[in-house]
Order: sequence, then C-alpha cells, then structure tokens
Amino acid sequence: MAMKVLVGCKRVIDYAVKIRVRPDKLGVVTDGVKHSMNPFDEIAVEEAVRMKEKKLAKEIVVVSCGPAQSAETIRTALAMGADRGIHVEVPADQMALLQPIHVSKIMAKLAEKEAADVVLLGKLAIDDDSNQTAQMTASLLDWPQGVFASKVEKKDSQLEVVREVDGGLETIKINLPAVLSADLRLNEPRYATLPNIMKAKKKKVAKMTPGDLGVDVTPRIEVLTVEDPPVREAGQTVSDVEELIGKLKDKGFSS
Amino acid sequence: MSAATNMRSLLRGSQFFRGCVSSRNGVATQTVPATGGELTNSAVPVVTSLDISAGLTDDQKEFQSLAINFANNEMYPHMAKWDQEQIFPVETLRKAAELGFGAVYTSEEYGGTGLSRLDASIIFEALSMGCVSTAAYLTIHNMVTWMIDTYGNEEQRSKWVPVMATMEKLGSYCLTEPGSGSDAASLATVARKEGNKFILNGSKAFISGGGDTDVYLVMCRTGGSGPKGISCLLVEKGMPGLSFGKKENKMGWNSQPTRAVIFEDCEVPVENVIGVEGQGFNIAMSGLNGGRINIASTSLGAAERSLDVAKEHTKVRKQFGMPLSQMQHTQFQLAQMGTKLVASRAMVRNAARALDAKHADTVSLCSMAKLFATENCFEIVNTALQLHGGYGYLKDYPVEQFLRDIRVNQILEGTNQVMQIIISRGMLVD
Repeated sequence: MAMKVLVGCKRVIDYAVKIRVRPDKLGVVTDGVKHSMNPFDEIAVEEAVRMKEKKLAKEIVVVSCGPAQSAETIRTALAMGADRGIHVEVPADQMALLQPIHVSKIMAKLAEKEAADVVLLGKLAIDDDSNQTAQMTASLLDWPQGVFASKVEKKDSQLEVVREVDGGLETIKINLPAVLSADLRLNEPRYATLPNIMKAKKKKVAKMTPGDLGVDVTPRIEVLTVEDPPVREAGQTVSDVEELIGKLKDKGFSS
Repeated sequence: MSAATNMRSLLRGSQFFRGCVSSRNGVATQTVPATGGELTNSAVPVVTSLDISAGLTDDQKEFQSLAINFANNEMYPHMAKWDQEQIFPVETLRKAAELGFGAVYTSEEYGGTGLSRLDASIIFEALSMGCVSTAAYLTIHNMVTWMIDTYGNEEQRSKWVPVMATMEKLGSYCLTEPGSGSDAASLATVARKEGNKFILNGSKAFISGGGDTDVYLVMCRTGGSGPKGISCLLVEKGMPGLSFGKKENKMGWNSQPTRAVIFEDCEVPVENVIGVEGQGFNIAMSGLNGGRINIASTSLGAAERSLDVAKEHTKVRKQFGMPLSQMQHTQFQLAQMGTKLVASRAMVRNAARALDAKHADTVSLCSMAKLFATENCFEIVNTALQLHGGYGYLKDYPVEQFLRDIRVNQILEGTNQVMQIIISRGMLVD
C-alpha cells in the first residue's frame, strides 16, 4: 500500500554565508542575508521523491514553519517533486524563539490530520543544530523512529533503516507509521528542472497558523545574549614533552 | 543537488576553486510583469542592482538559483581544467540540458523550455559564473535550436528539436567565412540546386563546436548577390562532402572546439531548407538580436564572479599594514566596477525585455547592450585581475581565464564596431 509522506523543510541562513551577530547582541543578522532550504531537508525531500518514483509513496506533502519567505522553500520542494505544501506561518520576529518542541507538536498534529504514514525530516537544521525535532515528533505521536538514516527500504509492512551512529552503522526494522530523519549520506538531492519550477507554481500550498492546529508557540526560552566566539589567540610553543605536560597540568587538563 | 552537495564537499574537504558563492540577496522583492503575459503582482518598478536577483520575479529567482547552484557545483570546479586541457564537457552540457537549459527560449511544443529572453539572460549570466566558455557554447546551441523551432517546418521541428533540447544532438551556427565576417551579406558559400539536392561549395570559419557537433545551420547563397540570395540550410554531420579544418588554438573559449567547416560538393536534401529560400539572412539577423543578449549575459556572469573574488581578495590581502579594501584607491576601483556592472546588467535585461515585447527599438537596444556590457565587463574583469596583484596573473586564480574567455565577446556576434554601425544607423534615420 503506497504511503503518504509528510516532509518537513526549514528555511535557514545559507551555509555559505558569513554569520554576523546583530548589534543588539540578541541574535544574528538575517535581513538581506541569503537563505535557502536546510541541506538535510533537501535530502529528506529527495528521499520522499525517490519513494514516490519507486511507487512506495503515493503523495508527498511538504511542511514549513516560518515567515512569508518560507513559501520559497516550499516552492523549491515542490519543484523537486513534492505534491503539495503546507505553510505554517510564524512571523519573522518569533522565529528565533521557535523551538523543536513547538515544531514537533505542529508536525505531530499535521501527521495526524494528514494521516501520514511517514514523517521525514532532516536530522538537524544548520542554524541551531538541535537534532531534536524528529525524535520529539516520534515521541508525541508514539511512533517508532529511524533517525540519522543513511538508507531506508520498505520490507513488507515495515521499514528497514540503516542509521549512522557513533560506532558505525546500525540497521533497524520499524513498524509503520514512523518518523525518519535524513542524514547526509542518505542520498544526493537532485536539481529541480526549469519545467518543474514552473509546474510547482500550480501546486497547492495551504496556509495556516500554529493556533489553527491548537499548538501554543509561546516562547519557553529567553535569549540573554548572542556573542561571537572568542577571537583565536596565538598558541604557545613548548620546547619538549616535559614542558607540554607541565603546561597541561597547570591548565588543569591533566593530573 | 545544491546546498546539500556543497556541504558534503566541504565536509569531505574536497577542492573548491577560490572564490565564494555570492551571498547577496535582497529581502525586498520587486516583481515585474512576467513576459509570458501574466502579471505576478501589481506593476512595481523593476530595480536592477548589484544584487543579482534584484528586480526578478519569484520564478526568475528560482531559475537563477538553480543555474547558480549548477554553475557552482558542476562548472566552476572544472573550468580551469576544461580550459587548460581543452576539454569539451559534453556530459556536463547534457546534465544542463536535463534541467531545461538546452533550449531555454525554444517553445515547449517539441521539447523546449518555453521561457522568455529575459529568463534566458538571467540563466546564462548565472551559468557563466561557472564557466564562460561552456555557457557561451550553450547559448549558441540554444540559438540554433530556437531557429529550427521558429523557422522550420513541422517535420524539421519534430525531427530535431526534441533531440537538441536534450543535447543528444549538438548544434553549430555557420555564418562567418574566411572572406566575410562583419560583411556577412557578402558570404560566398554557394548552394546549387540539382534535382532534389543542394550542392554546397565553400567554407565557414571560426565555427563553435565545429567538428564535434551534429547539426549545422549554414547560411549559404542559393540566389543572387546580397542578403536576398541567402538561404539557411540544415547540414548534418556525415553528409557527403562535409569536412572540418584543424581545431583552432584560441586565447579563450577552450572548452569548446572551434574549426572551419568545409563544403566540397556537399550534398544536402532540399527538405533541409529552414524557412524558405531567400529567407536566410532574415533568419540570421533575427537570431542575432537574441545572440547578442546571450553573449552580453556571459560577460555579466564573468564580471559578477570576478568582482566577487576581487572584493574578497582585497579584504584579505594586506599591504602597508592594512587590507587593500581600506585603501581609498581600491575602494574607488570597486565602486567603478560595481557601477559598470549594474549599468551593464540593466542594459542587458532591458534589451531582453525589449526583445520579449517585440519593442520597436529592439535591434538598437540589443546592439547597445552588447556593445556596452561586453566592453564594461571586460574592464571589470581586467581591474579584478589588477586588484589581485601578481596572483591575478596565475592560473590558480580564475580571473585570468574569465578575462581571456570574455575578450572574444567584443568581437563575435557582430563586432563592437558593427554594433556602432547599427546604432548610429538607427539614430541617423530621418
């Protein structure tokens, strides 16, 4: 039975941009800065499209939580082959305080609403590096999770997922419905094609707010300060191993 | 295959050519009536700026983003090698064609992408940031495909456009001869009709792709002297009497082979006339308007990339205790470069819009855009080279190749001198 796949994608500052801290030290500069789809989400969208091409998936619904410009991110996913989009609108000034706990509640609600068989997310977003949303979503739904996936195969009514873990690769079999998160080596995302970019315009994108889903996105954290990492200092040259050990001891790294 | 692939490369520490991805992107989006006919928003004035995506519709931004990603991933890392080893990157071209870049402004009926001239300009500008020479060949192939689609009959269109849109078959455009460059109407390649064939005799010079491509649109004389005696014939590689000269050794455009195309009693079926006999010169001239925009667009891409890398270099390179970017002369040079780039870009996109709208001033505007952009972008790239100091002279840095590659833009598609003939002629009409 072909699956319905819900894919999450996040609009983040482009990986190649030099990040600058805002003068008010409460965040980073986002105005006028290039944004693009989180690279791990591109991989997730690609995987969903491949599932559809293999006839494992029948419909791909792509979701993005963010400001007006997130519509561009959804469009990119549609141009890659997703069928329709859902834009959960969150104003730009609230984005910094939107946390994985909020997003996972939204994804869980949408997974139920859409009767999804698979929720496919990127393993982390490159702006906050949280690596929490997939796991929390699975927990809220009480679904099995296959995170850090580098390979996903359908085996009868289950998914066999190869996961990248610290010790190497772990293969698990999980029941459906399930939550997956895409790791780097899952696939190499395709380019959209010009004709697909034009076709994407005609695909439907529904708009809603977190409130429409009954999700409270009141911030749970307060940003106190955002600062640049310390400027790299010069190292010290030591004359021999004795001196090295001595210095390490002095600095408390060794006893 | 965009950011994820780049990140993958970075994580694996693979070699990435010096220079950065342009990181400018305006937040305020301007929309313009799309030339396809639909208005995407109320008619807000279009602004062209240093931000390469300023003034573009949402669609155009997507096209551009795709083209920039493709250029950065598939072309930029290889442009030096293609140049130094004279490699014609057919596989990369076919990859580009898969995305719809093979026949950008050819109609969709037989497999073209059906976009506008402005869309094409934006795309070619972006691809040129990756490799001017390869992008330039792509524009030539695009023009040939468009010509067949626009002027060919149903049989010719259905036979050729599909395979050319995918770049399974590659095209070349043959107008220039050893004896006729600027004076194109005096061309001497003759096509004599014999029964159901044309017998061609003569030769064409400086043909991009010549010898490695499959389809040759040849402007030849089927009638009397002057433009009205010229017809456009489609000659296929393998037809008897077709041969090629040696591969030319060029200053730039080394990722495309350039050869003379020689006709010695070359037999071409009469069915291969594109349009009607005597229409050849008109076809050629109509193709050149777009061709000029395309070539000018490749100059833009080279200037954009060169300005970007030069700017970064001046921030990093220190002399006399400070980065070059803090020296007023350097700042003034960057200001001049930026100004020339915006002016060039505005001229080229304006000409593209005119062509799309079939504006009365199209011919002049395309000539002006080509004249202005090719000259000014060359100055930009030349200054970028100077700003790099000794490093600019090394092949380790991309600037010298951009300079060599765009130098020819002031010569082909009509020399910049011919551009001035066209423009002044238009101005002096009573």
